[in-house]
Amino acid sequence: MQAKIEARDICFYYGDHQALFNNFLSVEKNKITAVIGPSGCGKSTHLRIYNRIFELYRNQRVTGKLLLDGVDILGPDTDILELRRRIGMIFQKPTPFPMSVFDNVAYPLRLHFKLSRSEIADRVEDALKSASIWDEVKDKLSSSGLALSGGQQQRLCIARAIAAEPEVILMDEPTSAIDPVATLKIEELMVELRKRFTVMIVTHNMQQAARISDYTAFFHKGEIVEYNDTKTIFTNPKCKKTEDYITGRFG
Amino acid sequence: MKKKTLFWRKLNDRFHTLFSAASVFIAVTGMILVLYTVVIRGMDAVSLDFFLNSSRPYGVEGGGIANAILGSVMITVFAAVLAIPPAVLAGIFLSEYPDAGRAVAVLRFAANVMMGVPSVLVGLFVYVIIVVPSGHFSGFAASVSLAVIMFPLIMRTTEDMLGMVPNSLRESSLALGMTKMRSILCIVCRSARNGLLTGILLAVARVSGETAPLLFTAMFADAWPSDFFTRPTANMPVLITEYTTNSPFAEMHTAGWGASLVITAAVLAVNIVTRIVFREKNNAG
Repeated sequence: MQAKIEARDICFYYGDHQALFNNFLSVEKNKITAVIGPSGCGKSTHLRIYNRIFELYRNQRVTGKLLLDGVDILGPDTDILELRRRIGMIFQKPTPFPMSVFDNVAYPLRLHFKLSRSEIADRVEDALKSASIWDEVKDKLSSSGLALSGGQQQRLCIARAIAAEPEVILMDEPTSAIDPVATLKIEELMVELRKRFTVMIVTHNMQQAARISDYTAFFHKGEIVEYNDTKTIFTNPKCKKTEDYITGRFG
Repeated sequence: MKKKTLFWRKLNDRFHTLFSAASVFIAVTGMILVLYTVVIRGMDAVSLDFFLNSSRPYGVEGGGIANAILGSVMITVFAAVLAIPPAVLAGIFLSEYPDAGRAVAVLRFAANVMMGVPSVLVGLFVYVIIVVPSGHFSGFAASVSLAVIMFPLIMRTTEDMLGMVPNSLRESSLALGMTKMRSILCIVCRSARNGLLTGILLAVARVSGETAPLLFTAMFADAWPSDFFTRPTANMPVLITEYTTNSPFAEMHTAGWGASLVITAAVLAVNIVTRIVFREKNNAG
């Protein structure tokens, strides 16, 4: 089976400082791939290449190839707006827009598609249902997205990402700013999302990676030390460093 | 190691608390004295006629300040129309396009210099480039001078307010596939909306009391401000200056104080309303 995304020999630089070294990674379609590793190991940096969001900042550059369905997206021919529609992203802190719950989810719909009012309303409902938040917000669609709780805000952001009909969803520590109960809801949601999307998640939380992911990549100092199915990584790691990290000896 | 006595540490704490409380008292007393004087001296002038009649020449009884209020409103509103759009866009440029490098540094430096220029110089400048060539004082020239003063104020507050919007909001809107300008105008500015509007209103309140530039540009007229672009235009600050310092008539002194009371109340009202309205919106998120 062809990989949904394939990173080939990715190196990344913050100015003169090299943060990623020759990363190779093959991400399977409709699976959850977790990226773990100690702070500063480059896991977020790696994820932020996939939708080229790093390009916001001067002095950050990447070399290598990143194939989405076999096509290199790091080239100059890539339409960046369409790329970011196809690859959605969820951030560490929930980032609802300063507008109503409904408009938050309708925003990417109006941005990317020509739809009638009723079609938009239908799709907003679908997206909110897919993000398991519909029951909580259906009576307050017109109130501000900022008035929701942290966990609800994060699921609202997931609904917003889903509304753009992406193929891949990147999650950069999506539950680290959220309480344990809300985290559980989001983890259940991610397992649901796997049916429709390819999911990549960066997480500090090794239990989380073990609970929900199919594959796990262990990063250390900008290198991918080990990449395998999650069960193997957590029960029978090949590298000493991986074992030390998952057993809590460092990190 | 020798221990500091608790007595001295506590005394020190008391002293500083007392000192800052006394400072607040002095500042507030000054403000109250100003308000008290304006109210006491101006109260007698205020009547219905005062708000409805146009001002009259020296020595003619029964004049009001209606033309000056209207003229001031026209001058200020037109100045706001001239200044706000470019100032906000320039603020966006400063905050959101730091990669432009030199241009940003030059613009920010120019704004800082402009904020330090005495307003009388701005008046003189507009006098030379508009009033002299056109051959007449006008409300329009006054608007231009006030706009010149407002521009850097609004630009810098816009930059500061946008700078307070977290980067994660920019990233998340761009990550949805928005273009940069759309993300700035629809998401970043919207998020900073209250701060932007407050900054604009405070800038308007600040220039609405400017006097020196108006002496060079609007001058004054007892007529209604019907020829905004071509004739001297009545306005509050110049009326107050003229009536209280230049007129020999006691009635006009009182009218000057009355006008001061009106302008103070108006600026106070704008400030209070701004705060109340935006605080409620803030709480609602």
